[in-house]
Amino acid sequence: MKIHEYQAAELFVRAGLPALSGEVAAELSEAIAIAERIGYPVVLKAQVLVGGRGKAGGIKRVTNPEELRSAFVQLKALKIKDCLVEKILVVRAITIQKEFYVGVAVDAARHDVVLIASAAGGVDIEEIAKTNPQAIRKFYLGGNPQINEGPAWQAFIRSVFDDLAQQRQGTQIFQRLTKIFFDYDCSLAEINPLAVDDQGQLCAADAKINFDDNALFRHPDLHTLRDIRYEEPDEMEAKKYGLSFVRLNGNIGCIVNGAGLAMATMDIINLVGGEPANFLDVGGSSNPEKVIHALRIILYNKNVKAVLINIFGGITRCDDIARGLIEAQRQLKFSVPLVVRLIGTNENEAKVLLNEQRIFTYPTMREAIGQAVELAHR
Amino acid sequence: MSILINQNSKVIVQGITGRDGSFHAQQMLSYGTRIVGGVTPGKGGQLVHGVPVFNTVIQAKKATASDTAVIYVPAPFAKNAILEDIQAGINLIICITEGIPVLDMVEVMRALEGTQSRLIGPNCPGVISPGKAKVGIMPGHIHKPGPIGIISRSGTLTYEVVYSLTYNNIGQSTCVGLGGDPIIGMRFVNILEMFMRDDETQGIVMVGEIGGEDEQLAAEYIRQYATKPIVAFIAGRTAPPGKRMGHAGAIISSGNSTAEAKRAVLKSAGVVVVDFPEEIPLVFQEKLKYAL
Repeated sequence: MKIHEYQAAELFVRAGLPALSGEVAAELSEAIAIAERIGYPVVLKAQVLVGGRGKAGGIKRVTNPEELRSAFVQLKALKIKDCLVEKILVVRAITIQKEFYVGVAVDAARHDVVLIASAAGGVDIEEIAKTNPQAIRKFYLGGNPQINEGPAWQAFIRSVFDDLAQQRQGTQIFQRLTKIFFDYDCSLAEINPLAVDDQGQLCAADAKINFDDNALFRHPDLHTLRDIRYEEPDEMEAKKYGLSFVRLNGNIGCIVNGAGLAMATMDIINLVGGEPANFLDVGGSSNPEKVIHALRIILYNKNVKAVLINIFGGITRCDDIARGLIEAQRQLKFSVPLVVRLIGTNENEAKVLLNEQRIFTYPTMREAIGQAVELAHR
Repeated sequence: MSILINQNSKVIVQGITGRDGSFHAQQMLSYGTRIVGGVTPGKGGQLVHGVPVFNTVIQAKKATASDTAVIYVPAPFAKNAILEDIQAGINLIICITEGIPVLDMVEVMRALEGTQSRLIGPNCPGVISPGKAKVGIMPGHIHKPGPIGIISRSGTLTYEVVYSLTYNNIGQSTCVGLGGDPIIGMRFVNILEMFMRDDETQGIVMVGEIGGEDEQLAAEYIRQYATKPIVAFIAGRTAPPGKRMGHAGAIISSGNSTAEAKRAVLKSAGVVVVDFPEEIPLVFQEKLKYAL
């Protein structure tokens, strides 16, 4: 789960990290009031949950109410990667002397938490990793939930920050960021840029936190931070029914059990000249209701010309899927053709049920996909 | 031979009194797996399908001399279930549970270091050595004993591959589901090593997918040490970057974790990379003419 910069900055302030003073505004009058409290110049920052904000013109520095007015209106009219700007963060403007990158993340391959720092901050860290990998320094926690400030740590912090004062402040920032990371089960906690202001102090000029979706059950308080406007409505609805769904651009709807088989089905549709409309994994346990919800969600998309059902029954029982399809056809009354391939547990029962309803099945994945692609091209 | 499990493996089922645990305990028993005990805290003393239930893994191990554990407990309790196995000295831990928090797995991996315990999963279908034992959730009847070892990050896609092999009368030595999470216990390289040493295994199938760089590490290993033919299928060629495609591990974040990058590096290491799962038996019919 992602949260907005202003929400992450609030968590930063609570944890004692040096964030820029500021507040979020939805209306122009609020933005003006905040700017008066902080004092000009201020920076207006569009709050969106996608990257590339700076490049898209989502950050503006203003020195008086006139400039603020026009900048505010411009930002509100902005669309960053299809995302509308609802809220704008107003913060104190600082003169930045230097920009660092600091972040905490999980390195899955080394199954450890890694602290990352770079003296070349301010830009996309993946970009730095590509163009100047030596500029990125890493420190592994070795399974500890906090930093062991031994010689390895001293070497790490010295390799990034110039003077002793910055090294001390940098250590403290990493300690607090790491605490946030563990306290909230984050998958990423990042400050980019960590700026040096004109007094030589380090301060967080941005704030980014992503949470591990699998651990949200431990943090019921975080649910209030979720901004559902940034989630696809059909993806949200699918989640409600225990379906894993991603919308794509094609016209062949897909219902598959298992993520790997669902991806393989999409790939093969593509290889034989079609385009999948979605990724959809109905999950392990079969329940006719789930199939009905899956079809309903797929058929929201009016581009869909055929729906391919590819099931390999293990825990999933094919006859449950068949019952779901028949019931969905009765309830939803749609004309989009179904192309069905079922194999495995209770496959014969399923075929009998479907044939009675004049729905015919294909023996292999390849044949079913071929048929779906042909129907979609008609 | 086969790897990881065989007819002598003594298996305990953690979460045996739950819906999934109980169902699959029965399925494994009817496949012929030696299920010697179950574990559910607070339910010790009961019998499930004739199998004695214990309160702790240590008690179960003492009473049954079990060497293998399979975990069906819900995600919030899975970390402790694995830690209990490690503490009790269980050799092979197979964790089926999906949705375990990443930081829990960081802790688990740390606890595994320096011990004899090996972990398969989490978020995996388990392991089957056809005709000998099945420890997991896969449909047993589609398998058949034979010379092909399978290593996969997926569940149902593996069944698809197995089905097409069996349909072409090519059996399997052992099929290993590694799991769909970013942090998993044993990886492609570990299982490849075991298959290379296994006399029964003549050829290997790798079923990979987008996300992570394990297929790249496997390619490095294959380049240097592989002595048996390997065929690979990589899922997710059409997956959009940044989106989680069902599996927590299946997300394209860097250039190296795309399906095309993985296909290319495996090809360069001498692996036959196929476009369609049903091509896999054809490759072995060609490469293992005399052995099949």
